[in-house]
Amino acid sequence: MVEKCLCEASEVLIFPCSGASNCGQIANQAAVQLTEEGIGRMYCLAGIGAHDSVMVETTKAAKRVVAIDGCSTACAKRTLEHAGLMVTDCLDVTEGGIEKVHDFKLSPQDISSIAARVKERLGPGDNSRIKDSVKV
Amino acid sequence: MIIEVCGPGCPRCQATEKNVLQVVKELGMELGEEAQVVEVKDIKQISARGVIMTPAVLIDGVKVCEGRIPGPQEVKKWIEERK
Repeated sequence: MVEKCLCEASEVLIFPCSGASNCGQIANQAAVQLTEEGIGRMYCLAGIGAHDSVMVETTKAAKRVVAIDGCSTACAKRTLEHAGLMVTDCLDVTEGGIEKVHDFKLSPQDISSIAARVKERLGPGDNSRIKDSVKV
Repeated sequence: MIIEVCGPGCPRCQATEKNVLQVVKELGMELGEEAQVVEVKDIKQISARGVIMTPAVLIDGVKVCEGRIPGPQEVKKWIEERK
């Protein structure tokens, strides 16, 4: 058996908006952190935006589709929906009191707090309870 | 036709390869002649094929699936489209 498998955690797909502000980049780094912790797997929002059929089908097969948006414009959520995908969980970075500014001085605490909010949203354990019930 | 199954070798990767081999057999394709089924286990080789998540399947260099186990019917459709 291999030591680390890329098949792990592919049932929870995480799409940060990765936008051009501190909040967009906090969303991006939170997705990286969640992937490294094995909570889910960061996936390519740009591929969904391009309507890449393989990526869309992969996302349809996921049990949880998580959008992390940097602000209330909700580009990640809207991009997923535009491709016909159901977003099971969405989060706006600014909702937690983080102010959107146009610099890239990211606070590790802010990144961790967003990652923690996503984990709280996902809840513990098996995600199979929502399987098929929320798919389009 | 070259069918590549990308994955480091976990049970999900093995299930994908099993489905591919099953369909190749069902379609009466001769292994090694009409269809070469190749396991790609090296992470660098997998990444070089544009694969982000495994298991993934490529047919003649085109990615048709990633991050899930494709069912036999799907695999059959992909192969027939490219025959």
